[in-house]
Order: sequence, then C-alpha cells, then structure tokens
Amino acid sequence: MQETACDDTHSALSAVFREEAGKLVGALVRILGNFEVAEELVQDALLIALERWPVEGIPERPGAWLMTVARNRALDQLRRDARFREKLPAFEQAGHTEASEQDDRLRLMFMCCHPALSRESQVALTLRAVCGFTTAEIAHALLASEAAVARRIVRARQKIVQAGIPYRIPRDEELDERLSEVLAVLYLMFNEGYLTSGGGTPSRRDLAEDAAWLTAYVTRLYPGEPEPLGLLALMRLQLARVEARFDPAGELILLANQDRSRWNHQMISEATAMIVRAAALKRPGPYQVQAALAACHAEAESWETTDWQQILVLYDFLLRMMPSPVVRLNRAVALLYVDGPEAALAEVENLAGDLADYHLFHAIRGELLLDLGRREQARAAELRALTLTENRAERSLLQRRLADL
Amino acid sequence: MKYVLLLFGTTQDAQRWEEMTEEARAQQYEQVGRWFAEHHSKIGGSHQLQPPHTATSVRFASDGQTYVTDGPFLEGNEVIGGYIEVNVADLDEALLMAKTWPGRGTVEIRPIIEH
Repeated sequence: MQETACDDTHSALSAVFREEAGKLVGALVRILGNFEVAEELVQDALLIALERWPVEGIPERPGAWLMTVARNRALDQLRRDARFREKLPAFEQAGHTEASEQDDRLRLMFMCCHPALSRESQVALTLRAVCGFTTAEIAHALLASEAAVARRIVRARQKIVQAGIPYRIPRDEELDERLSEVLAVLYLMFNEGYLTSGGGTPSRRDLAEDAAWLTAYVTRLYPGEPEPLGLLALMRLQLARVEARFDPAGELILLANQDRSRWNHQMISEATAMIVRAAALKRPGPYQVQAALAACHAEAESWETTDWQQILVLYDFLLRMMPSPVVRLNRAVALLYVDGPEAALAEVENLAGDLADYHLFHAIRGELLLDLGRREQARAAELRALTLTENRAERSLLQRRLADL
Repeated sequence: MKYVLLLFGTTQDAQRWEEMTEEARAQQYEQVGRWFAEHHSKIGGSHQLQPPHTATSVRFASDGQTYVTDGPFLEGNEVIGGYIEVNVADLDEALLMAKTWPGRGTVEIRPIIEH
C-alpha cells in the first residue's frame, strides 16, 4: 500500500517536473542571459520541491511556485554579483507570472543538444535542464556515479557559457543538423531507459517516458519534419511491447517468443499512422525506416509469419543511409529467414572485424552456429557474448541459452 | 620578417594551469608582463586561450562532409598553420565561418580569455 502511494507521488512529481523544469530554465536563461546560473537556480528549486511536495502536496500552480522559490533564492545572490545587477528588475517582474515564451523549452533543447557538446554531456544536460532530473536521478538512470555526472554537468555548463553556445532556435540552414542532434540525444535517452527498465530496477523517473514525451513535443513544434515523427513512431512501437518483454520472474523475453496478445495494438496502429503521415512528407530518413522495420514486426501475427522479405528490403534502404556494421548485423537476421543460416552466417562473419567487442554479434553468431548444428562453436560464441555485456537481463538470457546447449 | 608565436602546451600543462592558486597565477602573469614589457616594440596582437575542453572542432573529411566535435583537435602530426581572430555574436556564427573556410585539415575554434 505504502509503495503504491509512493509510486503515485513519484510519477505525479515526474510529470510536473517534466512539464515545468524546461520552461523555467528557459525563461531564466532568457532573463539572466547565463545558463549556468539559471540551471543551478532551477535545480535548487526542484530539490526543495522534492522535499516539500510529497509532504505538503503539489501546489495548484507548480510553475509559479518553482519560479517564486528560484526568484527568492536568487535575489540575494544576484544583488551581490555585478554581472546581474541590472537584470534584477526583470527578474523580480518574472516572479509574478507563470507564462514563459512559447519556444523557451525548444531553445533550451537546442542549446543542450548543441553539436559542440559531447553526446554524454548532451544527454546529462537535457535530462537536468529540460526534464528536471536531479543529478542523483540521472546517475541512477545511466548507471553512473553521481560524482561523475555532477562533474560532466559542471563542465558542460561552463562550456556553454565560455564558448558562447547560444540560446536560440537554429537558423533554417542549420535546422537539419541541429534537429538530428536533438533526435540522436532523445533516442539515446530512450534506449537507456528501455534497456534498464523492467527486470527490477525501480526508478523515480522513467527515461523512456521522458524521451517519448519530448519527442512528441518536437513533432508538435515541427509538424513539417518527418524524422521526429519517425522517431516517435519507433519509440511508441517499442513501448507498445512493454507488457510482453519480461516474464513474471523478471526475465527478458526475446521478440521471437513474446506473447503478442499482450502488445498494445492501439498504440501500434497509432504509431503506424504516424509512419504513414511522415512518409507523405516525402523525405525518407533513418528514423522513419527504423520505425517501418519495427512496424513490420508489430503487424506480424507471429515471428514465423513476419514479412522477412519486406524487412530485408527496408534494411537495404537503411544501409544506404546508415552504412553501419550493426545495421548489417540486424539485416543478417532477416537474411536467415529469407535465405537460410549459411547465407546469414557468411554475412555475419564479414562483420567480425568491426563487431568483435559487440555482445550481440557473438550472440547472433551463436544462434546461427546452433542452427547449423555446430554446438561447440555456438557455445563458445555465447560465452564470448556473456563476457561483453553487463546488462542484467541480457546476461540472464544468455546464461539460460548456454544452459540449454 | 614576421612570425606568429603559437604557444603549444601538453594537456598536462593545461591541467596544471587549471589547478594553480590565484597567487601562483598572478605571479605567472607578472613574469609574462615583464617579458612583454622588455619586448613590447616587437609585439602586435596576442591572446591567451581558454583551456582545451572549451574548444570545438570542425573537420573537413575527404567525403566533402563537415564534422563538428567537442574538444580540441589532438592529432600528433598536425601543427597549427594560422591564427585568425574573429569577433562574432556567438559560437554558431563562428561555426558558420569555420565551415566555409576554403582550406583543408581542421579549424579549432577556441574562445579567448578577456582580461
């Protein structure tokens, strides 16, 4: 009973922080002209809210509450800092309104996902400044130490200020590049959340949920852009399978073995509609293709009746845009069902140079070897895969397969 | 003859500078100031740069694409060929200029320290 109430509070808090944090940081960056100060002020306000709201209840106007706290904490501090003295009047005014400019959160996202920042910094900053995660929550979600995350954030904020990374919507010429950075960050966030979720690691914030929420936000602000829509469809298709991914003991179930009646077919058809809408914009891209691939699986009644030929065609299309060895590896799995295990294994062996340290390479190779009756080699491959992943659910799956060999 | 003095350092040097006390740094600046005073008739424009982690690099690859990465360009056999001081609104404008540079190799964009 206690636990459920706690969960409810946590998810209510998450929803509010997700809604308010980015808008608040954005507004403060606009008013104060300094990202470091703005971000720190909001983080302080969120920490206070985390202490008080579970006890006092979530205020009716949480955005105004947070702004008031940030403002009160800041006024003394800012009065002493010559850089901000002339900004104080504007700041004092801001405390009386909740509204911030429409695009503040979007500007903030582009800033946090600027190509001048490393991918890990982009992810950490987006989680903190845009989604309102605390440093501890980020560390927990990314399986990193709090100190390392704190350091990363401090340096990234410093870089934004010292290198003059601007707080604005990119120019039209820059939009494609900048949007694809944002999408890459969101997809990374989603995968981190998706991979570590289920299988018993309870967390106060759901990375995958936050990533999907932000992606939906981007599609609303850029209705003429097909790739955000493609990414959202891809995320939704994966989320649609969430109920079938783990068995009651918390063990991972592969796509091939999932109970498809537990998939959310409403979400699947909504996601498929998104793919169609994106396609109508006639600018194919990697996220749209990956979504189409996921849709092929989602629409199949079973693993066996999946349209593998179509999947092969889609992978060929994807490879022209993203010639990566991992994509070729995934394509080889489709090849297995179209041309048989020998053809698939030949493809996979070609990737040994590139993917020697990738656990899924060895796992897939192991499966193919087993299909060809080469048990000892299959065993060796699965053992190799085991040494290369620390993910609890995946290790457990590999160990079960090894036990069967 | 004219030259440009490009002051290289190792990453350890940069680290040491970051960790110096205010006092030690003031002493260092004093020595530099004395050197500048002694040679001032021969010196034109100069700048000390912010530490390496504030750098952003734009690489022109052989496939015609440009790649933007976080950090300075650290390739052993590369040397700095020039130093162009620009005064623009923000990093995006600096990036636009760097990307249209009709050269080869890499352009490192480093913000300066304003004293």
